[in-house]
Parts: sequence; C-alpha cells; structure tokens
Amino acid sequence: MPRRLTAAPQRLLDRLWPWLCAASVALSLLMLTALLSLLLVRGLGHFWPATLEEVTLRSGEVVAGEAIRETPLPQQAGDERLYFTGNRDVAGASWRWVPVDDIAQRTTPEDLVRLTRTPWGDFIGRLVSVESDGERLEGQPAWDYLTAALALPANQRPAGALLLATADGQTLRQPLTNISGATAPNAMAWWQKTHTWGERVWQFLSQGPRAANTRGGVWPAIFGTVLMVILMSVIVTPFGVLAAIYLNEIAHQNRLTRLVRIGVRNLAGVPSIVYGVFGLGVFVYGIGGSLDSWFFSDTLPSPTFGTGGLLWASLTLALLTLPVVIVATEEGLARIPDAQREGAVALGATRLEMLVRIVLPMAVPAMLTGVILAVARAAGEVAPLMLVGVAKLAPQMPVDGEFPYLHLERKFMHLGYHLFDTAFHGEDVQAAMPLVYATALLLVLIVLMLNLTAIFLRHYFRRQRGNEC
Amino acid sequence: MLASLDSANASQAPVTHFAAEQRALSIEGFSLAYAGKPALRELTLSVPRHRVTAFIGPSGCGKSTLLRAINRLHDLNESVEHSGQIELEGQDIYAPKTNVTELRRRVGMVFQTPNPFPMSIYENVAFGLRLQHRLPKRQRDDIIEWALTSAALWDEVKDRLHRSAWQLSGGQQQRLVIARTLAVQPGVLLLDEPASALDPISTLKIEELIRNLKSQLTLILVTHNMQQAARVSDYTAFMHSGELVEYGTTDQVFTNPRLQRTENYITGRMT
Repeated sequence: MPRRLTAAPQRLLDRLWPWLCAASVALSLLMLTALLSLLLVRGLGHFWPATLEEVTLRSGEVVAGEAIRETPLPQQAGDERLYFTGNRDVAGASWRWVPVDDIAQRTTPEDLVRLTRTPWGDFIGRLVSVESDGERLEGQPAWDYLTAALALPANQRPAGALLLATADGQTLRQPLTNISGATAPNAMAWWQKTHTWGERVWQFLSQGPRAANTRGGVWPAIFGTVLMVILMSVIVTPFGVLAAIYLNEIAHQNRLTRLVRIGVRNLAGVPSIVYGVFGLGVFVYGIGGSLDSWFFSDTLPSPTFGTGGLLWASLTLALLTLPVVIVATEEGLARIPDAQREGAVALGATRLEMLVRIVLPMAVPAMLTGVILAVARAAGEVAPLMLVGVAKLAPQMPVDGEFPYLHLERKFMHLGYHLFDTAFHGEDVQAAMPLVYATALLLVLIVLMLNLTAIFLRHYFRRQRGNEC
Repeated sequence: MLASLDSANASQAPVTHFAAEQRALSIEGFSLAYAGKPALRELTLSVPRHRVTAFIGPSGCGKSTLLRAINRLHDLNESVEHSGQIELEGQDIYAPKTNVTELRRRVGMVFQTPNPFPMSIYENVAFGLRLQHRLPKRQRDDIIEWALTSAALWDEVKDRLHRSAWQLSGGQQQRLVIARTLAVQPGVLLLDEPASALDPISTLKIEELIRNLKSQLTLILVTHNMQQAARVSDYTAFMHSGELVEYGTTDQVFTNPRLQRTENYITGRMT
C-alpha cells in the first residue's frame, strides 16, 4: 500500500518552536525597554519642579510637601501617602507618611516655595520676607529680590537673610548665602517648568557634587569615566593587536600556541575584582611604590604614585580587557584570505610590508570590534576600580591648567562608583534615589555613546575598503 | 599493461630542448615535498623566452606546486623541502644569496581567484611600484596607464581609477591583477588557472590577453582546461603524480602525443 502524501498532523513542537524563539526576543526587548523607561522616568522626572501640596489633617496639623507615592496600610485601614516635606532642621525628618483618610483638606497654594539649601537639604514653606542692607521686603518684591540675587554668580550675591515660615507656622531665619536655588512650582506655567527642568538637567551634567554626593551634579564623574576609558583604550589597543599578530601571523601553529590561545580566552572569564587585587598589588604597591621611592622620596611617607590613581586604574582595566581585544583581532586576522597575503608577497612585498599594507588595514574593523567590546566592559566596571584609584570625592580633576596638565597619579571619580556611593552611603538615601536613577541613565548613555563612536569608526573603515555589507 | 609500460618510460620522457640562449627558465632535477610527502619528483625541463608554456595534468599532479616553486612562494610554509635547481636567466633562484623579493618582482604570479587588494584600482596597480622606490607621480601614472592598457583594462576603468577595486566584475578583477603584476615589469608571468573562476566571455578576454602579452614576456600557464591550453599555448607539458610525462609543442602534444598516457588524458579517458 503506497504511503499517502497528505500532511500528517503537525506535532505541537513543530508549530511552536518559531514562537518560542520569537517570545525570547520579545522578552529581552521588553526587559530592555522596562529598564530604560524606569531609568528615564525616575531619573529625568527628578528634575521636574513637582507640584507642592498643602494638606490639613483632621487633627488640625498642616503639612506641606511633594507627594511621592501611596501604599495600603495593614488591616485594610485605607492608604497611606508619603510626602517629601524637607525642613529637616525644623521637623527632624524630611519625609512624612500621612494616612489618606486623615486628610481634611488638600490644596496647592501658589505661594508655597521650595528652596535648595546647603546644610539641611530642601526647605518647603513660605517666604515671609527678605532682609538686606537694613531693608525689609515682603511678598512679591521679596521673591523678585531673591530670584534676582540667585541669578548672580555665587561670589557676587548680596549678604542678607530670609525669614521663612513652614506650613505649620514655625518661622526660621536663613542667610542668603546658604540658598542655591528657589522655585515656586505651583505658580509656574508648564513652559517655565520646562525651562527650570532643562536648567536642572544642565546643572546635573555640568556641576560637581554637593552634600556628600546626595545633591548637585556629576560632571567630575562623567569626566573621570570617559578619560579613564579613553586611556584604557589607548593602552589596550596596541598591546592587544601586537599580541594577536604574534599569535596569528608569527607563531608556529603548534600545541604551545594553542595553549596560549586557550589561556588568553580564559583570562576573559576571570572575575574583575581579581584584576583589581592584581592592580593593587603590582601596579599600586609594586610599581607605584618603587616610583615613589626613586623619584618622589622627598614627599614620602605620603604617596604620589604609590596609591590608587588614574594611571593604575586604566592599566588594570586594560589588563582586564586585553583578552577581548586579542580574541577579536585574531579572529579578524584569521578571516583575511591567504590569497591577499600571497598576492602581496608575489609582488615582492616583504612579510612586514604585507602585514602593514594589506593585512592590518583589512583587520581594522575587527580591531575596532575588539575595542568596542573592551570599552563596553570597562566603562561599566566598578569593582576593580575601588581598589586601584576611584574616589568618593576627588578634590582635583585629573586634567587641569597646571603642568603637566594630565595628572595620571590623581584619584578620580567614576559614574559607576558614584552610583553605588549615592545609593547606599548618603545621609538621606531616599532623597538621593532619583539621583541614582539619573546617574544610572547617564552611565548607560555614556557607554552607548562610546560604543557608537567606535561603531561609527568601524563603519567608516569598512566603507573605505569598499566592502559595504 | 599500458600503464606499467608508461611508468617505465617516465624517466626518459620525451623532453623538448631549447638552446641556452632561448631559455627563460630551466629546471634541473627539481623535487619538492610537503611535510615529507613528495609533490614533485626530479623534474627537468626548460621554458622558452617570449612563449606561452602550458602545464596540464590531473588535480594533484604538482603543476601548481611547480608554479609556486618558481616564485618561491613555498618559503612561507616551513614544512616544505626541496632539492634540485631552478634557474632564471641562468641564475639559481634557490641560491642562498638570492634576493627573494627581487626574484618575485621578476617572476610575477596571478592566482586562480582574483585577489585585488581592498583599495582603489589605482592603488592596486601602484602597490608593487610603491614597494620599490619613490617615483615621481607623473612617471607612476604613466606606468599605471601602460600596465592597465597592456592588461586590456584601461578603457573600462580610466574614469574610475580611484574607486574600490572590489566593485569590478570577476573578469575585470583578474585583468587588474595581471596589470598589477605587469606594473613591476617582470620577465616571467606565472598564471595559475587564471580563468577557472570566470565566465566564458571573461575567459576569452584573458586568453586573448595572454596571447598578446607574449611579445613582452615569458608566460607559464597552469590550466585544467584542455581547450584553453590548445588555444593559447605554444608548448605544453603534461604532468602526472609530480612527474613530467610529456613535453613538446602544443600542436604535437595535442594532435600526435608520443605516449598513451598523454593521449588518454587529453581525450578524457583518464582524469
């Protein structure tokens, strides 16, 4: 009996497997989107001048602040709302949980202001008056005077004092020099808010941190991260490329070479903190200590190179990313057809000429792929840096106008470490959380930008070679 | 029966002799082995100047190996051992004092698959020139135009000399590779199945080019294509298992082979 050609019922797996694959792609995309949108919303939302509420409780107490979130109380007793109230100097805490059922009245008065102060964090309440040069201003003129004074550079601001009142009627005096910013968000139109938002984002990007990293900007950390990654790339690329050339072009392809190759590949899997320990022991204490005793003995016992610094951090990360560059370059070299090499040699090129004029130019995209992978790994690495040179707060930038302009021995700030420090080591961790999101977003963007630069370069070199694909 | 008779004859295979002043290349008892496995056995023959000599034979008979030995391309591979002599214009190319890069300039090589470098057409042809000495740009341009014209490519590429060579068709690429080799003005051009990766029309162009080039230099062609050998070559050598079986004028080898083995191969009864 001939076998029938009609379709047998498809097995479940046959129908499902494309969907399984699609589902895993969808899941990855979903998680990536979720991550980025969390960072975007929480990070960028922080800079938006939020509406301030004034809440009168049934007990008669008045609370003013920014509503953060609500959570249900235990035993179905309704919800509880968290307010950021500021005024830590007056109230002892800057957060207040208010049961929603206890709220008698909830208003958003336009005269509520939020001041950014250097000690004690934000103030939320009302501006009663401004005293300056024996004059006393109240109401709108006082507010105008304050905003005009804050628009001046910090060292030109007039001496003076503010008389402030909290929502529950307590008053306090505050010297004008302590104030760094003032907004009255309830009185602002959306475009004014947008303007303030832009200003705050710019301050975040361009200023140094304040108040033990829980306020202010991250500019030194951005600078430190990018500088360290660039230094690392400059160190790792020639080393990795030369090593790959040796392994692929010069070494006899025997058991020893294969062993070295396996070793290099496995180095990529060594935990990064181990490299940190190595960097501390060999670079910082070993080489750095010797440099100090030879050239900087007059400043001992305070170390110059014998302590963590930009150079040692870059070297440690270069070591960490070396296997990535070697492997990528070697794969690139192996892909170049022998016909190209023979073509060059048959025209009378020496081995070096063949390598420099034909093989290396063709391997440039592969080298850049290695550098891209190295940058992606190095920019996000924090653990080894904590051992070899990153600082919570670096007193000086690693580049300045003082000879020799690039100070390789200085400690530096790093976004990844800044993130960790802000999230766990501040005095008011909850207030700093939005900054953590903003810093994380920035770190992602910087890694993305460094990668895009390298990808762009690779694309450029590929086009130049004429093999667009 | 016939095969055993032939192999007995192999050592005294008929060899065409050329007077010393006609020889561009003479090979004396040359043997070569890859990692101990013999690929060429005691080859002795000479190649006349300004003629096309074709090497034919089944795959693995050693004809490409011989070609690469003339260019000393085997130097890149350490597992190769050789003995015997190859003389180019009376000089032993394997003598210890030989300047290998100079040898390779005088003996150009074109490979089976076109291998233009990933640079512009102009730079491809200029590659060999730049390796030697600095030429004034005018003089270099002249040589490049001459080389491309000799390779019958000038008219097709003169308007796009600075475009990538990889955008040319396969046939054009192969002619570019020939031009690149001609630019360093070699005396001998080795062609290793230069048309086997090309379409029939490109193949015809390459064959025409080969016929035209023999007024300038000596050509040695390795090919699998019997018709091609018959069409373009003046002399034909038939090789088998690393040995030279028969060598004579193309006319004689194809119409009146002296050995049964040659006839079998040419008529397709043996591969």
